Amino acid sequence: MNVQMEGSQAVAEILACCRPEVIAAYPISPQTHIVERLSAKVARGEIGRCQFVNVESEFAALSVLIGASASGARTYTATSSQGLLFMAEAVYNAAGLGLPIVMTIANRAVGAPINIWNDHSDSMALRDAGWIQLFAEHNQEAIDLHIQAFRLAEALSCPVMVCMDGYVLTHASEPVDLPDAAHVDAYLPPYQPVQLLDPNDPVSIGAMVGPDAFAEVKYLAHHQHLRALDLIPELTQAFEQHFHRQSGGLCSPYRMEGADIAVIAMGSVIGTIKDVVDELRRASIPVGCIKIGCYRPFPMLQLRGLLEGVSRVIVVEKDLAVGVGGIVSADVQRTLSGRQIPVHTVIAGLGGRSISTSSLKQMILEARAERLTEPYFLDLNKTVIEQELARRRDIRRAGPVAEHILRTMNVMGTKVS
Amino acid sequence: MSTERIKFYQTGTFTAGNRLLDEATRTVQSRVDRTNSLNSGHRACQGCGEALGARYALDAAMRASRNQLIAVNATGCLEVFSSPYPESSWQIPWMHSLFGNAPAVASGVAAALRAKGRDEVTVIAQGGDGATVDIGFGCLSGMFERNDDVLYFCYDNEAYMNTGIQRSGSTPPFARTNTTQAVADHPGNPVGTGKNVPRIAMAHGIPYVATASVADLHDLERKVTTAIGVQGARYLHIHVPCPLGWGSDPAHTMKVARLAVESGLFPLFEAECGTVVRSTPIRRKVPVERYLELQTRFKHLLGPPQDTNAIAAIQAIADANIVTYGLWG
Repeated sequence: MNVQMEGSQAVAEILACCRPEVIAAYPISPQTHIVERLSAKVARGEIGRCQFVNVESEFAALSVLIGASASGARTYTATSSQGLLFMAEAVYNAAGLGLPIVMTIANRAVGAPINIWNDHSDSMALRDAGWIQLFAEHNQEAIDLHIQAFRLAEALSCPVMVCMDGYVLTHASEPVDLPDAAHVDAYLPPYQPVQLLDPNDPVSIGAMVGPDAFAEVKYLAHHQHLRALDLIPELTQAFEQHFHRQSGGLCSPYRMEGADIAVIAMGSVIGTIKDVVDELRRASIPVGCIKIGCYRPFPMLQLRGLLEGVSRVIVVEKDLAVGVGGIVSADVQRTLSGRQIPVHTVIAGLGGRSISTSSLKQMILEARAERLTEPYFLDLNKTVIEQELARRRDIRRAGPVAEHILRTMNVMGTKVS
Repeated sequence: MSTERIKFYQTGTFTAGNRLLDEATRTVQSRVDRTNSLNSGHRACQGCGEALGARYALDAAMRASRNQLIAVNATGCLEVFSSPYPESSWQIPWMHSLFGNAPAVASGVAAALRAKGRDEVTVIAQGGDGATVDIGFGCLSGMFERNDDVLYFCYDNEAYMNTGIQRSGSTPPFARTNTTQAVADHPGNPVGTGKNVPRIAMAHGIPYVATASVADLHDLERKVTTAIGVQGARYLHIHVPCPLGWGSDPAHTMKVARLAVESGLFPLFEAECGTVVRSTPIRRKVPVERYLELQTRFKHLLGPPQDTNAIAAIQAIADANIVTYGLWG
């Protein structure tokens, strides 16, 4: 069914078709619209006997799902930013226990300074926790990835995060094709747990594991991720046959034929990059774009294949490893080990800053001319930075940095002091 | 033939020995069909009160739930001594997730069972005082206020014993722990700190809250059985001496537990929907020194010279409990 709908509402609609049995939720912007709509659907009895648990924290939300998943229920929650970090211990635990929980991350910056807008800092902070991380380019893909996520998670008994850009996607109203429940049922079979808390067949789950076996347990988690690299293309192919559209996948090229420069990114910024690629191609500049749809596991082999013949790579990423630079670009560099081509790191869109086509175009031209600093911060206001650095050199008790910068830039209505 | 009726206290002990009881009123633990939920072979210390409390509590819960039980365990001594891979002492479905989330995990188990229509299965969560009154307190309060169908056992040994005897929010005043040492002028754990979680549980208005002690295992089993028969969030706070952390003789675990009860320091009561409805009277009141003198964690109070002010302060707590809960006559 084709509808015009807000991203969050569409995700809630498709979630209902995926027949979750336990949903636990704690409010945090910008994911709240998803669970609000789900709570209403549960209350109306539209999702069978599904239980909606209003918990007291994100840590509890995921903990409730850990218990529910181990009891054989299909489980779901959504969170963002501080919420994901607050549940961090449980994020590792769910993966370590091999519980196929699906969680939407409405990607949002991590404070301080507190900021509710979009970047990828939250998912990146938990990238090595053992969860599969899928990134959606647009709302149609976000919907489709949720259907695939349950099947993937349950096939591997491994939790999956579906990452969609906060506000940019969650609050954007777009036309989407919403499949109905019967159609989803035909693609997504009922959950068959590999481990179960059952009084009629008692098992111990979550025992202490010492040096004698810990590495083997961790290796098997790694092995499951490697299996995901084979399974994801199969699932997306099956998805295409069933729903008659391409969605998801490990990584997808755009106009990479004859491309000399590849711009790599994740999430909604891909749309903007595609426009820039089109514009530069019209000017006969051989640029292409690669979307990383699955960030964990990282599709090294597939990406390496797509980058054959490319002589320059630009990674545009909405995150920052403070003191290092790029996070995604480090993975791309490892992918290209042995090949002597430049991999530029471009930090863009932090805390929701707009990424414009003109800035991207300018940046690509600068990279081509070997004039990009490393890492390159797109649209960084250097005047403000220099002023603030000078002030902090002169005054020991310079005060809180964020508040002073806001005052300097005159973007705050009132003086805070 | 004339018979003489002998009461328990006339036998020289306050334990209700099973041999003196008719079969129907004997403990679950004394029955041949007990489930050994926490089986032998685990690695608890000699004289561990927690292992004892857990064994009685869980076997009673198994019997009351007709063996339809799922247990969630917080990180702590009980989890560590019972589970090191590839061995497990658990004969029941058992799950350990984290230190601070056992109540939430149990809520999730209960939610899944509700979703699947398996109302016959009882969910219990359990942890030590650190997991319960400190790090897991948010999740515990959340489970209470939602009135989730979970029975929570707190095995209170009054400090973080698994990590090596550090103070918790349940450590009593003046007790020495490795983070409240009795050095210089410091008398151990500061007076006026700590929290009374049974009272806080009652403040949530949940249907059943009770305290119990390994000193009275009949009473413990009865409260577990009562709790299993109640729907909603239930809390049982069980006093379990720790010979290692308290500096008591492993052979004295029952004696120490009994003195905590008989002195009034650990009142035994039951509350329904926020109101105390029953308490277990003290049969022979003892001064708190009898309890303190068996534990090196209070050694610095006993002297010489004796810290009479500290002992009087502890006695005042016991006396207040006796009045509050009507423990004396």
